[in-house]
Parts: sequence; C-alpha cells; structure tokens
Amino acid sequence: MKLNALARTLVTARTWPFIIDVGVAACALAVFFSFVSTGEYWMGKPVPVVPISHSMTALPAYAFFSMVRIAIAYCLSLTFAVAYGYTAAYNPRVEAWMIAVLDILQSIPVLSFLPPVVLAMVALIPGHQMGIELGVILLIFTGQVWNLAFSFYSSLKSIPREMLEASRIYRYSAWQRFWQLEMPYAAIGLVWNSIVSVAGGWFALMACEMFTMGTRNFQLPGLGSYLQTAADSGDERALVAGFAVVILIVVAIDQLVWRPLIAWSDKFKFEQVEATERVTSPILTLLRRSKLFTSLPGQLWARIEEPIYERIARSRRFRIVKPLDDGARRAGLSPALWTIAVVGLTVVGWGALQAVMMLRTVTWPELQLLLEGAGATFLRVNASLLISALWTIPLGVAIGFNPRLARFVQPLAQILASVPATAFFPILLIGLVKLGGGLGVGSIALMLLGTQWYILFNVIAGAMSIPSDLREVASLYRFTRWQRWTRLILPGIFPYLITGMVTASGGAWNASVFAEYSRMPDRTLQTIGLGSQISAATDSGRFPILLLATIFISLMVVTMNRLVWRRLYRLAETRYKLEG
Amino acid sequence: MQAAAVQNPAEGVKTDAIIRAEKIEKYYEQPSENRIQVISATDLSIVPGEIVALLGPSGSGKSTMLRMLTGLSRPSAGQVFWHEKPISNAEINVSIVFQSFALFPWMTVLENVEAPLKARGVPPAERRERSLKMLDTVGLDGFEAAYPKELSGGMRQRVGFARALVVEPEVLFMDEPFSALDVLTAENLRSELLELWAKKTMPTKSVFIVTHNIEEAVLLADRIIVLGRNPGHIRTDFRVQILQPRDRKAEPFTQLVDYIYKVLTRPDVAPAGVPDHQHPGPRPRDQRQMRYQMLPHARPGGIAGLLELLLDKGGRDDIYRLADDLAFEIDDLLPIVDAAQLLGFLKVEEGDASITEPGAEYANSEILRQKELFRDAALGNVLLLRQIRRALESKSDHTVPEEFFLDMIDEQFSDEESHRQMETAINWGRYAELFDFDAARRRFVMPDALEEEASANEDAG
Repeated sequence: MKLNALARTLVTARTWPFIIDVGVAACALAVFFSFVSTGEYWMGKPVPVVPISHSMTALPAYAFFSMVRIAIAYCLSLTFAVAYGYTAAYNPRVEAWMIAVLDILQSIPVLSFLPPVVLAMVALIPGHQMGIELGVILLIFTGQVWNLAFSFYSSLKSIPREMLEASRIYRYSAWQRFWQLEMPYAAIGLVWNSIVSVAGGWFALMACEMFTMGTRNFQLPGLGSYLQTAADSGDERALVAGFAVVILIVVAIDQLVWRPLIAWSDKFKFEQVEATERVTSPILTLLRRSKLFTSLPGQLWARIEEPIYERIARSRRFRIVKPLDDGARRAGLSPALWTIAVVGLTVVGWGALQAVMMLRTVTWPELQLLLEGAGATFLRVNASLLISALWTIPLGVAIGFNPRLARFVQPLAQILASVPATAFFPILLIGLVKLGGGLGVGSIALMLLGTQWYILFNVIAGAMSIPSDLREVASLYRFTRWQRWTRLILPGIFPYLITGMVTASGGAWNASVFAEYSRMPDRTLQTIGLGSQISAATDSGRFPILLLATIFISLMVVTMNRLVWRRLYRLAETRYKLEG
Repeated sequence: MQAAAVQNPAEGVKTDAIIRAEKIEKYYEQPSENRIQVISATDLSIVPGEIVALLGPSGSGKSTMLRMLTGLSRPSAGQVFWHEKPISNAEINVSIVFQSFALFPWMTVLENVEAPLKARGVPPAERRERSLKMLDTVGLDGFEAAYPKELSGGMRQRVGFARALVVEPEVLFMDEPFSALDVLTAENLRSELLELWAKKTMPTKSVFIVTHNIEEAVLLADRIIVLGRNPGHIRTDFRVQILQPRDRKAEPFTQLVDYIYKVLTRPDVAPAGVPDHQHPGPRPRDQRQMRYQMLPHARPGGIAGLLELLLDKGGRDDIYRLADDLAFEIDDLLPIVDAAQLLGFLKVEEGDASITEPGAEYANSEILRQKELFRDAALGNVLLLRQIRRALESKSDHTVPEEFFLDMIDEQFSDEESHRQMETAINWGRYAELFDFDAARRRFVMPDALEEEASANEDAG
C-alpha cells in the first residue's frame, strides 16, 4: 500500500513537470510562428476589404487575428497607463490637468474615435496593411486605457507614507522603487481593471473590424467581421458557430489568464493578517510545478536587473536622501519645460479653433436634431439602468443570501459581463427584424445586454457582504418585508450598487452608438438618438456632426458623473459603509 | 534637581556632532498672510555614543523633527548638517525603524532585508551573506523565506530592525518603534536593543528614538529631550545618569519619571531645577495672540471616569501613579487631564492632580446633573462652544453650517487640527446638549429648535 502511494507520487513528481515543460516550450514555439505569420500579413499590401469566408475552418484563424489585436492593444494600454499614471502622480504641476483630461476622455464613447484614429493611421503608414490594422488597434486601445491609467494613478497616490519614507531613507532608486514598491502596490488594482479593460476591448473590436466611413469600406479578417457578415447574409449556422467561439475565448481567457493572475496577485495584498479565503487557480498551481516556468524568468530577470542596480548605485544622485515634501515647493519652470508648455498650448489652441470653425457648418435643423437625440439617448440610457436595477436587485440579493448559489453564480455573472454585448447585436437584430419591432425599444434591449451584468455581480457581492448578525437582528425583531428592504438590504448593498451602476452607465452610453443604428445590406435601421447620429455621421463622413455629438455625449456623461454619481459615491463611502 | 539628570552640556561641543540642526523651523503658509507654526526655531545635535530619546505630547512635532533630522522633510527655515555638510547634498547613512514597520508585504523576510543593500549596489552573494547574518543577530534564524504577514507583530519589528541595521547606519532613528506592540513583546525587544547596543554588536554610533512613553525613554536613553507644543519647541534637554541596566522600581528611576511628568503637565512653567539656557525669554508662542484654546481631544466619558477615580483616591494623586494604575501612556492620559483642567474640574500642581469643588460635584452626580454641570463649565471656559451656542441662539432658523466655525478657527490651527478641534467641540457639545449636529448636512442645530417652534406656535394660537 505504502509503496504504491510512494510510487505514484514519484511518477507524478517526475513526469508531470516534464510534460508541462514541453508544453511551455511548445507554446513558445507557437507564439514565435504566430509572430512571423502576423508580420507577413501586416507588411503586405493594404487590402481594406478582406473577403470573409463563412466556413467553420476559417474561424480559428479569425479568432487568432482578433486576439492578436486585443493583445497588442492591451500591451499598449498597460504601458501607456503606467506612464500616464506615473507622470500624473509625481508632477504636481500637471497632475490636476492630467486627471481632468482622463476624466473627459473616459466619458467619450469609443466609437467616436473611430474615424479620426483610423484615417490618421492609414495616412501615416500608407502602403501596408499595418496602417489599417494599427488604426483598429488604437481604437481598441482607447477603449481599454483610461480605467487602467486611473487605477495606477490612484494606487500610487494611496501608498502609505511610511512605505515611501522607507524607500527614501534606504535610498531606493526610481527603478527599485518602481519594481519593489509602486508596481506591487498597484498590481491588484491593475489586474482587476485589466479584466474590465479587455472586456471593453472585445466590445470595441466586434464593432470596428468592419465599418464604412464615407465612401470607404473597411473589413478586416476577424471574429467581428465574421459575425457581422454572417448576420448580413442570414447564415444562422455560421452566426451560432462564431458566437460560440467568442464565448469559448472569453471563458478560456477567464480560466487561463485572469484566474491565475488573480490568484497570483494575492501576494500583493497590502494586509497585516493572512486572509482566510482566497481565489485559487489550478492552472497557477500547475504552472508553479513547472521547473522551466518557476526558475527561468527569475534567473533571466536577475541577469537583467543586477547590472542596472550596480550602475545606479555608482551614480551619486541616488546616494542622497531627497525630502518627500519637495514636490510642494514650486521651483521655477526650466526653459525646456516652458517651450514645451508654449508649443503644447499653441497646438491645442489651434486645434480647438479649427474644430470650432468646423462646427460652424452645422446647420440649425441639424443642431435641433442633435438636441432631440441627446434627450432621447439620455432617457434610453437611464431606462436601461432602471430596468437592469429592477430585475438584478431582487435576484442578486436572493443569490447573495444563499452562499452556495452565490459561489456558483458570481463567477458566471462575471464571465457574462466579459462577453461583448456587440457580439449579441447581430443575433438580436435578426430577431428584431423578424418581430418587426423598431430600434426605438430594441436599442434599450441592446443596451441592457451590455449593462445588467455589472449591476448583477455587484449586487451579489453587496448582499454577500451584509453581516449575518445584522440579518439575524432583522428576523429577531420581526422586521416586515418593507422594513427588511429599506432598513437592511438596500442600505447594505448601496455602495456596491452604486459601483455597478457607474460602470453600467458608462457601458450604456458606449453601447448607444451601436444600438441606435444598424446598417444592413438592404436597409439601415435607426432611431433618433445621439448614438445613431454618431454612427450615421461616421458612415457619411459628416465630421462636424460627429464632433458635436461626441461633445454632447461627453458633456452629459461628465455632468452626470459630477452631479449624481460622485455624490452618491461619497454618500456610499461615508454613511453606508459597513465596517467590520 | 535630581542627581539622576544633569542639564545636557553637549550643546557646546559642536565639532564632532554627526547631525546638527541649526535653528530649524517648520511652518505651513496659509492663503492669508498668517502661517501655522508647527516647530519654532530649534537647535539640536546628535553626537556619537549616545541614545537620545525625544519625548513630547502629541502635536509637539516629534515625528516632524525626526523627519527633518533624517532629510526626509525639508525645514521651512534653518539648516541641518551631516558631519558639517548640508544634509541636502551629503551622503548620509541613517536608518529608520517605523512604528508601522513599513515592511514590503510582497517580499520575503530575506528580500526585505536585502533590499537596502541592493539599492547600494552590493553584489548578490555578499548581500545574502550580510542579510542572513543580520537576521541571525536579531533572532530570526529560519524565517528567511517567510512573508511578513505570516509573522507576529514583534517578529515583524525584528525584521524592521534587521533591515535598518544591515546597512550599518551611523545613526539609527526609531519612530515609536514599540508602540504598535503588546507590552511584553515591547519590553523584550527593548532589552534586546540595549544588549546589542551595550555589546557593540551593531556598528551604529548613535540611536535617536521618538517616543511618547516616559518610562521607555528613561529606560533606554542617555539623553532625553522633552518637547512642548504650540508650536513645538524644546522644553528641556538633559542627560540621564542612571547606570544600565536600569531598575524601574529604583528610587532614581521613579524620581526621574515623576520629574518628566511634572514638566509635561505644566506647559506654562519653565522646567524646575533645570536652568533653561535655551529659552531665556518667555516660551515661544505663535506670532499672533491665540484666540481659541486648543481643545484637548478627550471624551466627556473619559473626563468623568478620571474624576471618579481621583475621588476614590481621596481627591488628589500623582499623575504618574494615575497613569500607572490605568496602564495609560501620556498620550492617552494627558488630553483627559488637560480637558478636566480646562473645564475647571481639576488642578495640577507639581505633578499632582487635585479635584476642585465643581469637579467633585460633577463626579458625584447622576447623568442628567452631570450634563448640566458640564454644560455650565463648557460655556464658561470654552470660547468655541460659547460662540457656536450664541450663533445658534441668534439665528432665526437655529442652524449654522460647520464651515462657518471652521473658517474662524483655521486661522489658528492647521487644516487637519481644525477638523479635529471641530470634532472634539461637536463631541462635547452633543454630550452637554448645547447643540445637535447634523452630520449629513454638516450643520449645527439647536437641540430643541423644533420643540420651541411648536410651543411658540401654540402660544400664538
């Protein structure tokens, strides 16, 4: 018996890691090959409209192209977010400006960026497919980057003072501080925001792989185009297959990337005591068994960083303890900075002036239409929020109060929130057309697809966080159903509900651009709204309208944020915080 | 003056000081031409071979002082020298042991200790060897691969010590290093620190410890500096002549502790027995006349508790003994004593607290009467409370926003302190039923405004 068990552990201990090592190596080879083939395609002649095949065998290739776009856009976003957050956090002179810019850019729907970004990239890199591809990638980037930048910035700002002092007094260089203090401290926030970001990336990708701009058509090989063309030609089998692949990818990424990352980032938790419950990931456990995986990166990293530390230590600059409160001192601007500031201001001023000149071409009836559209979209967004809240609150609370169910449903809702609503659109549209309904109500249904999951999983989390002794008090004192809801449940889930609603409202505004306008081969479905104006302007190349509609949307989003959400947030943080 | 302490003569010898501060000040500029002085011009030097303890009540700028001496904070005026070179471009070699340990939770114990060496470009093999040796010295052999969160508080602070000592600092700074630990652990670590120091196991030439625990200071230090507040300044600076190891129960020890209590509880009087060379004139005050008293951050319940305890002891007791009985440190006890004094319930003389007549009545009364007495005392003695009450009475709707009063007191206190002052005022006023406070709208409200209105209507009708 004993011998048997011993033999078995020996076998697993020997063979498993080897197989994993081989697997890791194979993955590396595959990555190399994919680099080469992507490169070949990218450097080829520009083909704006790549014909899309409906065959199932083409799906893996399309999925691959889409994923490469997302991956590149994500890497760009992460780099940019870290650089932006870092600059904002450590330069008090520009900090307020940079954060305001972030706030506004965050409120602009992704698709508004589509025409300028793609046109610019095509013009910058003529003669290669890369121009169009980079345009699309940049667009996905704009859908991913802002919340990452914000997360990194606020992490940097909340590093405890004594940790900063320790890093100063022990003469950490900026390099060491970045890797040993700032990055680890920001890691958890970055991981969670990456999940949201990549979901946002899928959302944008589905819509921008295939679009019309004025007289020019663009169609890139990818899942988005596949779904779109399948819907256009009414090929239901292909539609279902494409949709299944999307869900498969989302689930796979969740299991293979996010869960291991969340489990791994647990060690960066800034806590004094060890938590009892933590996320586990079998993949991470497996990877940790791989010798190649556990030792190679560490050794490589040591090779890279040791010479850097040595060189830094030799420079005199890092041997001096710099005061922490120096940032508050306002030294005079250096001439170089002055020049940059003046040039920057001139460019911005000139651009703004040009934009205003462009806006003058907007006619009065067009403006009227835009204002009406603003009202309609505003009502639609709030209606979709209300409907989502109405059905998710009772359901979410019911699930949250039942721990066994919650453990099962919570991750599911999280995955559903990651499935891009834009992938559903073609299917839903077919349904709508068959039912004969217009987009007026249909677009609300489309918005719901993108928004309700965020609210659902936040409500579940909120219900789970209500302490059981409070619930016992409620039953002990025989609270009526009304009292239970108004005195216990709603105040208890309030902070979570607000978090979910803020995310959902952003998503709904974003979705309005797709939801209110849809071009089909034989006809165009649309309803009145700002989103449809943006889409229509993109289609027809009416840039003044596009610009004005975008300004309206971001104005409304920023105002709503300042006047409503931020206040509710503060209320949630002060009065309705349940402290353990 | 006791034989245990001698006024510090070291100020004259300036040449061999490791760190020397010359007239350093800290203040914050206000938008109006006023400025809030945190620390008034102070001279201080750290010489080799001594453990210096910096004692003072909260708000006296102990931590700010430490940060200015280590170069972490730039003095608003004055200059700090490291071996007679300006600290802002000298290559200083100091370490700090922090109250919160400030360890990096994502790095193992060994990595935490190695990190400062890495910053100095020590090669990996030597780094490891030195760190392991230091971990061994502080008694953490075998914990190299553990993460800080797996360790107890005491163990974590040991890691903090190892990290501080591994760079062989010339001066070891400590910012209340034992105050986050339980009593026994703290005692243990203190004696180990003294042992390391006595055996010269650590290459450190001088230790500078900031604390609010008087006994800790007397136990460890060769020299004690006591700070006063409003703004922070040196009250007294003397050498401790008791031989190590020191016995807490011995007469010279308790005498010295008692003496420091006396100094701390009589902020207006120059320390007795120690001729004060540094401040020949009246003690430095803020440039402007202080209009508002600084409210000590004590709760009414705490005041009542202290008075009752004092009454049980016959109405008079030594403050040191009171703190000992309550197992309080001065930061816990002094605000309560100050508050009782401010309200006229207590008198402090020569380190003894004695209860006054209103104080005795207050302690003996039941809760409603207590509130009444507290109300009278507060209105009689506390300007801010009197003003709030008057403003409420004179306004027709009987409500005033908090902001109104914040604006008045922030001329005198820093932003943070203004808010704390307001918090204490609200606490006292609510207890005394002087006013109510609507936290959601941040407004003061007359407690019976509604009732009065109702009765006025009835009268009219």
